[in-house]
Amino acid sequence: MKRKGTQAFVEVLKREGVDILFGYPGGYAIDLFDELYKQKDIEVILPRHEQGLIHAADGYARATGKVGVCLVTSGPGATNLVTGIATANYDSIPLVCFTGQVSKNLIGNDAFQEVDIVGITRSICKYAVTVRDRKDLARIIKEAFFIARTGKPGPVLIDIPKDIQLAMGEDDFEQPISIRGYKPNTSVHLGQIKKAMEMVEKAKKPVFLIGGGVKLARAEAELADLVNKLRIPVITTIMGKGAIPTDHEFYVGNIGLHGSYASNMAISESDLLISIGTRFNDRITGRISGFAPNASIIHVDIEASAISRNIKVDIPIVADAKLAIGAMQERTAKMEIRDWSEWKAQIDAWEEEHKIAPQNPEGLSPDKIINEISERFKDGIVVTDVGQHQMWTTQYLKMDGTTKLLTSGGLGTMGFGLPAAIGAKLGCPDKKVVCISGDGGMQMNIQEMATAMACELPLVICIFNNSYLGMVREMQHLYYDRRYASTCLRCTRSCKKNCFDKNKECPPYSPDFVKLADSYGAKGIRVFEEEDIKKAFDEALANQEGPTIIEFIIESDELVLPIIPGGNALNEMILEC
Amino acid sequence: MKKRWMSLYVENEVGVLARVSGLFSGKSYNLHSLTVGETQDPTVSRMTICVDSDDATFEQIKKQLNRFVEVIKVVDLTNVPVHMKEILYLKILTANEKERTFAYRMGELFEAKVADMGRTGIILECVQTEKKNDELIHMAAKEFTNIEVVRGGSVAIESISISNR
Repeated sequence: MKRKGTQAFVEVLKREGVDILFGYPGGYAIDLFDELYKQKDIEVILPRHEQGLIHAADGYARATGKVGVCLVTSGPGATNLVTGIATANYDSIPLVCFTGQVSKNLIGNDAFQEVDIVGITRSICKYAVTVRDRKDLARIIKEAFFIARTGKPGPVLIDIPKDIQLAMGEDDFEQPISIRGYKPNTSVHLGQIKKAMEMVEKAKKPVFLIGGGVKLARAEAELADLVNKLRIPVITTIMGKGAIPTDHEFYVGNIGLHGSYASNMAISESDLLISIGTRFNDRITGRISGFAPNASIIHVDIEASAISRNIKVDIPIVADAKLAIGAMQERTAKMEIRDWSEWKAQIDAWEEEHKIAPQNPEGLSPDKIINEISERFKDGIVVTDVGQHQMWTTQYLKMDGTTKLLTSGGLGTMGFGLPAAIGAKLGCPDKKVVCISGDGGMQMNIQEMATAMACELPLVICIFNNSYLGMVREMQHLYYDRRYASTCLRCTRSCKKNCFDKNKECPPYSPDFVKLADSYGAKGIRVFEEEDIKKAFDEALANQEGPTIIEFIIESDELVLPIIPGGNALNEMILEC
Repeated sequence: MKKRWMSLYVENEVGVLARVSGLFSGKSYNLHSLTVGETQDPTVSRMTICVDSDDATFEQIKKQLNRFVEVIKVVDLTNVPVHMKEILYLKILTANEKERTFAYRMGELFEAKVADMGRTGIILECVQTEKKNDELIHMAAKEFTNIEVVRGGSVAIESISISNR
């Protein structure tokens, strides 16, 4: 049977089980949208900007574990995806992004809305391809889904010229996938596991270092079981936070730039690091030469290139986290499990010695808001934007094992929060979803308020408004002699150039987020005082019609501490200021 | 830092060369030479790549290349017996007959072929190891003022019984 390219496109999507597609139409995608219009299985969501669109697909993928699907037009539609593709790539999120393209005979002519999107995204996605022959269309789409979700997941881009969309052709949807250059690893080397567990047996100060790979592999239950058997303290990266309940006896905290004192000390003093699903990003290692100087390192990662790249490791294990943890579990039956309670007591003592706490504990401090969120969204999904509020969330949020935390960890993309929360809620309509954002990041994709309204999503959007780009301001505060260059969001052209006056009369904040919520038809609440936190969440959660913005007016001077200054080792933190 | 070679089997498709070369620029790897051509299977191209790197970086380059969906196989040629040659064209421009004769002799010494000659100069075609080609260029640059060099980058194939690189 002969069918149009657009029909083949929809057919493969259905066979892949796609239920939601995030799309923004245009001249070179209109035929694909027309075909989607004729069917009922796939719901098409229309965000208000392609960057918001791809973050929404990303949030959907993170929340559900399924592949997020984007469809945009050529040219600007495609280039607006770029930041979102890089965001998904750094955090290993499976996406398939379709871009329309001018007809093959126009490619290279600088035609209207023509860009070489495959060339632009080549270095920031797992795979990118232009379909050049109608007969390859169905196979390429099918392969794209396979590539996106297997191995180390990631974004795949498929560029479909208009003439391919319209061309008639025969398709074989049943053909099995066989890509000679792509064979994801599906086993675990038991010899390496044995060696690793022998090291565990000998260790005196072992710790687990858990990254986002454990969450991507959905191996939380296996990890908890292994930890309970071995009774070894667990430290997470921010992408790994929540892989083990934060109230677990053996959970210590986060490692890294803003990690807890106890975690960073424990890593620094350990003699064995069992690291699973982390690529030792510079934000967690500090100065490389000072990273866990006395430790042997076991490193489980699905991606061979992540091994011994930043940190030289002793036992590399290239495997899916779930498989590797499973194999370790089995091995525990044959090993002698030591008593590490003295080491655990040492870590507990570090925890007592320095607890993460706000510098200004009076009034409306970030920890109080996040504690309330922990209470209210126990089985829900917490999505953050990027900045101080994000770091506070990773420090204070309690996660009992069913809470999900979605955050842009690798690329640190401001503007991620709101659209990702929309995607998460669409993917998990039965879960309560809260977005924690800053006043800066919120404005980077604020147009998606309209999407949340249109999709009738009861999201709770918390804006931590300190009138500044707080994370950068913090660095200016600590390392640039408080020269707050371009970080004040109240600053107008009439302001004095260098304002240091604490009691200055600042212009009012723009926009007024409560009025802005109102203009979208959403609910807006502003909170100045600590005692109004609960009431605000009561009201927000009572609103099931659409999104609610709660704007928390917080202190500008509040810093995220501890912090490791650039070039310092992990145990050389600034604890107080 | 030392010179290392590898052979890369890739899909013979648009954009693959850009993806491979983009890796070297994007990650600041030091690419020395890269050659590419179709194999006996027209859907497969084979690249011979020479890089300057330390051990850890070279390991990383191989792993990064292996990640690409379009890369079928990466073969490290650094420490295996291979036949490896590079084509070099050396144009020596001189109207002086004595000099041209010297150029001809020099070519003989390096087992280069005379591809072309006339009153204004001589073109040598030299299929040799990279090192030998370097030496020929070095000598020519010393002896002549007006030379033109084009070289193709090494191609390599694994040996059967003897090796030559």
